[in-house]
Amino acid sequence: MKKVSKPERGIHPLSGLFRERNLFLRVRGILLPYGFLAPSLIIVLLFFFIPLVMVFILSFTNLDMTNFGILEWWRPANWNLNNYVKIFTNRFFPKILGNTAMYTALTLAFFNMGMALVIALITTHINRRAGFAFRALWLLPRLTPVVVYIMMWKALAGPAPMGVINSIFGPLGIGSGEYLLNMSPWVFIILVNGFIGASFGIIIFSAAIEAIPKDYLIASKVDGATTWQTIRYVTIPMIKWPLLFVTTYQTLSLLTSFEYIMLLTDGGPGLYQTEVWALTAYHRALSSYFGNIQWGYGSAWAVILVIIGIVMAIVYLRVFKFGELVEEPKIDRL
Amino acid sequence: MTVRRKLRPIFAYLFLIVPSALILLGFLWLLVTSFSTKTEGLRSLGWTLRNWSFLWKPPFGPMSPSIWLITLNTFLVAAGMTVLVVLISSMSGYALSRMKFAGRKGFLSATLILHAFPSVTLLIPIYFVLRWISGIPIVGGGIPLIGGFGFNTLGGVALVMVAFQLPFGVWIMKGFFDEISWDMERSALIDGASRFRVWRQIIIPNIKPGIAALSIFSFLAGWNAYLIPFTFTIRRSGKISVLSVYLQSFMGETTITNWNAVAAVGLFQLIPVVIFFLFSQKALLNIYGGGKKGGV
Repeated sequence: MKKVSKPERGIHPLSGLFRERNLFLRVRGILLPYGFLAPSLIIVLLFFFIPLVMVFILSFTNLDMTNFGILEWWRPANWNLNNYVKIFTNRFFPKILGNTAMYTALTLAFFNMGMALVIALITTHINRRAGFAFRALWLLPRLTPVVVYIMMWKALAGPAPMGVINSIFGPLGIGSGEYLLNMSPWVFIILVNGFIGASFGIIIFSAAIEAIPKDYLIASKVDGATTWQTIRYVTIPMIKWPLLFVTTYQTLSLLTSFEYIMLLTDGGPGLYQTEVWALTAYHRALSSYFGNIQWGYGSAWAVILVIIGIVMAIVYLRVFKFGELVEEPKIDRL
Repeated sequence: MTVRRKLRPIFAYLFLIVPSALILLGFLWLLVTSFSTKTEGLRSLGWTLRNWSFLWKPPFGPMSPSIWLITLNTFLVAAGMTVLVVLISSMSGYALSRMKFAGRKGFLSATLILHAFPSVTLLIPIYFVLRWISGIPIVGGGIPLIGGFGFNTLGGVALVMVAFQLPFGVWIMKGFFDEISWDMERSALIDGASRFRVWRQIIIPNIKPGIAALSIFSFLAGWNAYLIPFTFTIRRSGKISVLSVYLQSFMGETTITNWNAVAAVGLFQLIPVVIFFLFSQKALLNIYGGGKKGGV
């Protein structure tokens, strides 16, 4: 039998699967990708999809510790908007909203963007090895176990004889020997979250800065620009996309993060003094004192965050052409 | 002008060192405190090894679990989670990068949305999902060592962490698969290998750097995890506890916290991370680098 050599080049390697004559093989070819995806799909279904539907339903019910097992929360007859009314008429609602806005804005401005950009700029302009070492050092807080990290900060902020900041800077007249965390909890919340958050920006920005073609920098130097002018008029415009991306991504992260605040002040020291939105949801639903766990009410707080999350995620996909952005910084896209 | 020029690098280093110093101070305090009877700032008022006694005798009386059991738990959770995340993400990443099927684009953008999603908001319903899994015989709570996959088991904690890590993992693995040339895979297919065999024998060996980076990242995430084990287990210093939660229980509600002992336990949890980090920083920076997303 004479073999007909088929031209191999240019054929999509998958096209063979769809020309299969055997029905079994054809069906298998179609189903195979889903086989590969099956474990992911099961986990997404169990831990994202079902919970997402449930959190919405729960937010319309008054399910709590007292009626758990009695209330048929899945019945539409038991659904109402009471929880949402309760949130917006809550005495502390303006306080919590203000806290969340302040926490997000200040941490983002000073650390996740500001400090990250400054550190990225400096570490890319000094000796390469030194720059790398500093970037690694800034990654360390993120890798430290949360509880250990918070403990370190509590020790730094401790009262006069024990506290590190007090004992070092006290003689210079800074700090009054008090427990600094109680004196100015917001300063520490922003510092603690900022040192974690900055590393994300540092790594993305320094990768983007290093990807800028050297010609531009040399050209600006030839034209007599100072380092500051080069940074202002060449580097910053060139990393516009990473800057925008980190801003939006970190805004969402900060809005929904509460782990560090929970461990540091747990909303205190004053009444609702440092309570933020996500922490309220957690407190109401999962870690209230025994007998006062309100899953329904907590879910309503969470749902508002979920909606913000979905809207922002869609914004990523649309405005920033997220898929491409993730591959590499959009430097030539200006 | 020349003086200013010379001073500039000094200013640059100064600006780097001052904020970085806070990080270093914290870690230094941890080290000094764990070996001291009492400290004032960074000054030790007497050196001792007593804080480390938790290594050979359970700190909460003879009935409480030893630190080694807790460490084993933490390791099991982190390692189990790492294996699952790497396995599942590389399977999905492969399909998403290499195969044509209906819903591919949808799944990809869904993964991205999930990644950008405030996962903590799902903790409330996940609590009920785990409760529901607990009701299933054997799988729920009858497996030795990890306890099962339900509420208040190591398996359940690991499973939830796998879920939160998965969108990130799938995306990273897809990126690594995209880098492999089509020709190599095509020639294996022409030689008659099945897709699965191609995946196992051709692709996997070629994405080892990706697997390494994701494994390191997942393991660290699992080792450090606090919120999920804290939320989905009860009895904070009981048998089903990981190091982070155990450490938190040291900062007692009833007794005065012995900060020196806490620092020692904290350091005990931190040391593997630092060693791990020193050996793997290149690979880790890989995963963040190039604009690929990570963290938070």
